[in-house]
Amino acid sequence: MKLELRNITKRFGALVANDHISLTVNPGEIHCLLGENGAGKSTLMNVLYGLYTADEGEVLLDGEVQRFRGPGDAMAAGIGMVHQHFMLIPVFTVAENVMLGNEQTRGGGRLDLDAARARVSEIAARFGFHVDPDTVIEDLPVGVQQRVEIIKALSRDAKVLIFDEPTAVLTPQETDELMAIMRQLRESGAAIVFITHKLREVREVADRITVIRRGKVVGEASPTSTDAELAAMMVGRAVELTVRKDAPKISPSVFEVTDLEVRDARGTVLVDEVSFTVRGGEILVIAGVQGNGQTELTEALVGLQHDVSGSIRLNGQELRGLSVRDILEAGVGFVPEDRSTDGLVGEFTVAENLMLDRLSGPPFVKNGVLQLETLDTFATGAVDDFDIRTQGISEKVGRLSGGNQQKVVLARELSKDLKLLVAAQPTRGVDVGSIEFIHKRIVATRDAGVPVVVIATELDEAAALGDRILVMYRGRVVGIVPADTPRDVLGLMMAGIPADGTVAA
Amino acid sequence: MSGVDENQLGGMSAATPQHVGEEPPVAAAPPAPPSDRDDDRWRVALRRATSGGWAVSLGAVILAVLAGSVMIAVTDEGVQEASSYFFSRPSDTLSALGSAVGSAYAALFRGAVWDFRADDFATAIRPLLNSLNFATPLIGAGLGVALAFRAGLFNIGGRGQMLVAAAAAGWVGFGMDLPFPIHLLLAMIAGIAAGAVWSGLAGLLKATTGAHEVITTIMLNYVGFYLVSYMLATPGLLQAPGSANPKSPAMDDSAIMPDLLGPRYNLHWGFVFALLAVAFVWWLLNRSRLGFTYRAVGENPAAARVAGIDVRRTTVSVMLVAGGLIGLAGTTQVLGTVTTGFSSDIDAGIGFDAITVALLGRSNPIGVLFAAILFGAFKAGGSVMQASENVPIEIVLVVQSLIVLFIAAPPLVRAVFRLPQPEARTARKVRTRRERKEVAA
Repeated sequence: MKLELRNITKRFGALVANDHISLTVNPGEIHCLLGENGAGKSTLMNVLYGLYTADEGEVLLDGEVQRFRGPGDAMAAGIGMVHQHFMLIPVFTVAENVMLGNEQTRGGGRLDLDAARARVSEIAARFGFHVDPDTVIEDLPVGVQQRVEIIKALSRDAKVLIFDEPTAVLTPQETDELMAIMRQLRESGAAIVFITHKLREVREVADRITVIRRGKVVGEASPTSTDAELAAMMVGRAVELTVRKDAPKISPSVFEVTDLEVRDARGTVLVDEVSFTVRGGEILVIAGVQGNGQTELTEALVGLQHDVSGSIRLNGQELRGLSVRDILEAGVGFVPEDRSTDGLVGEFTVAENLMLDRLSGPPFVKNGVLQLETLDTFATGAVDDFDIRTQGISEKVGRLSGGNQQKVVLARELSKDLKLLVAAQPTRGVDVGSIEFIHKRIVATRDAGVPVVVIATELDEAAALGDRILVMYRGRVVGIVPADTPRDVLGLMMAGIPADGTVAA
Repeated sequence: MSGVDENQLGGMSAATPQHVGEEPPVAAAPPAPPSDRDDDRWRVALRRATSGGWAVSLGAVILAVLAGSVMIAVTDEGVQEASSYFFSRPSDTLSALGSAVGSAYAALFRGAVWDFRADDFATAIRPLLNSLNFATPLIGAGLGVALAFRAGLFNIGGRGQMLVAAAAAGWVGFGMDLPFPIHLLLAMIAGIAAGAVWSGLAGLLKATTGAHEVITTIMLNYVGFYLVSYMLATPGLLQAPGSANPKSPAMDDSAIMPDLLGPRYNLHWGFVFALLAVAFVWWLLNRSRLGFTYRAVGENPAAARVAGIDVRRTTVSVMLVAGGLIGLAGTTQVLGTVTTGFSSDIDAGIGFDAITVALLGRSNPIGVLFAAILFGAFKAGGSVMQASENVPIEIVLVVQSLIVLFIAAPPLVRAVFRLPQPEARTARKVRTRRERKEVAA
């Protein structure tokens, strides 16, 4: 089935998320939609999937204009979508999830689970992998859950498949396997739309590449283009993909974590005997696939986890057991993983957000009274200094783009009297231009002699930014290796297999 | 690389089904306890109801007044009579309609703002001052509810907090023997403190056990009501000596708030205290560290926590201050408005009207001031409307309720008045975070 989008325009108020985007996807073709976060890829796909109504333009399937009033219409027309965040019900089995929304019943309204089971097995067999239809979703690894999503789409006879950032949650190995499945789907004649912002994957599977920037198609690229060419198209200028940094100059300050263990409310161990040392002037990157305990580890470092044992020492001072406020006051700068939830108050102004975690005393608070003039001066300086693109310091932070929001967080944390910087995925959902800036700032902090801990999920970032890389898998340290460790070794480590000769802890 | 296939990964996860590794990526974020998610829903509802903008508030009032007109017309006898021969002489019905609605609202105006039938200025201005008098407790109580709103908390306990405040202030007011300003101030402090404690109790329960403040404040209303009723019916506690009625003795002269403009008008110093409270809350929210933490917790408790703000302590603290403000309302009632002794209906529904006032005032202290004055005017004018035009005073209550209804449904009001629908904004709230980013960028 041939998919055609013609002049799709979607506006949200004054913002034009999609500006006359046209796109053709032929059967038996993988068409990559490449663009930064916020470029309008997901909006476009939500229009295609019937979640949004386009303000202008039309969707055509095999030359016929379609009018989707919801995902149901889109599915009926043969469009299937594999979402970035899986739309599966964790406590249902594979078969139940696959039949959900398309239930076949026998007499008396009883569900025909046997038919669903057979369908799952048949589709899985077609692609040469095995999924037990009776396993409960939450017991499956992420990669397999994604396959269930694919099976679900195929069980509705989808001829057009949309993959929305499918690799964000996968290990490198799982990514490779997904690529293989996508190629098989292509061979079987499906039209595939693959949305991503990762250049390497694009070059690996794409037949055609369309690059989107700020809601507009900026052009088509061939799969033989280099990373640098593609990146330049995405951001509109050449960007430095590597971080320029000198050899570390070790300073006397030291951050030491020993036998750290974090448990959740049910007593499940989330971080398991993690030990590491970071010296001043050095960046330690904690790498791993999302959900392997990195989030909980960083939260424990700043006092946000309740059930923590072991020791966290900054220049000899024990931080474990202190309140978040006390830890921040001890000179810890923290860039949380999810800035919109944990790092910023969206309805507050840029200036207000810049003092959010600095309320315990001067310069912004004196005798319980806010020092708004001091804040204005500081905020104006920070906006300049950190190149925060905003209409002014009294603009609401929620209206800024992801990159600029992150710069607000960074400006706040780095302008403290820092003794330690903990940055969790500092460039997540940030445009390439801001990534470069954020990396430079983090390196500058390191060069000022501060110990830096960075959580990264992408190998490129880990290798570029880190002096050493600690790989976590299921809450444990797989190993700590130098930053120039080959990718495939790191990839294996992220799947839990220690590299030979790795120095443990 | 391809050596690690899904069997290996799958096998590992099956071996340790309890471990983090196979948690779905969505759940990898710190799992929020169900009550938190529930709170989120409240918060979203709250923000929607309080963030509609001034135009929506105004629109809601206009719509409610229009709906009130329809009810006045329908219930008016003249209109009913004339409509029976509508098709022979429709003009009769229409003029009856016009005169019914017109005279009703004229009476409302005469009772609430300016008595145009009066001979001199002093008499003509009386209704306005009367409205301000009715507004006085609504300002304090409205501020209390609004402040809690700003911190993301629903304080439905205005009634109980007003009652215990009135009881405490009253007890000091008639039971102690002190000179004038000291006696009054002491009674006020007692009342404000009692309100603060009653509300702080709900805050404490929330902070320590997670009990939802909506439930606890409502229940504390009953506890407060029956506690005060008991004390009013028990000689030696609050009951007037030698009386069999559940009513307190009159306040000492030294504990009564003096009239503001002399004995001709019943407006007393309580109004000034209410205005001071407006200024205080404005300062608190916009200029103080404490208020900043309230707002941060109200807008995004997760970010507040990460920023080192103690959310639990903030909860207790904001409920204390909110209760104190509502306590001020109870205090002005017994020490200013009803000084001849109070009974257990001294709250006069103000604790609940305060919620409406806070919503209409957009949880903003200045907005609360104007909303309270509007409601005070409704109260003052409603009785005149009933007395002179025979329009049931309940119409006023219906209009008030409709205001809340329209405020809770801002899209409706926007549609009626063709105000711009902030599509991107409301849509963003409903959609997932990922899509929200997409839109924002």
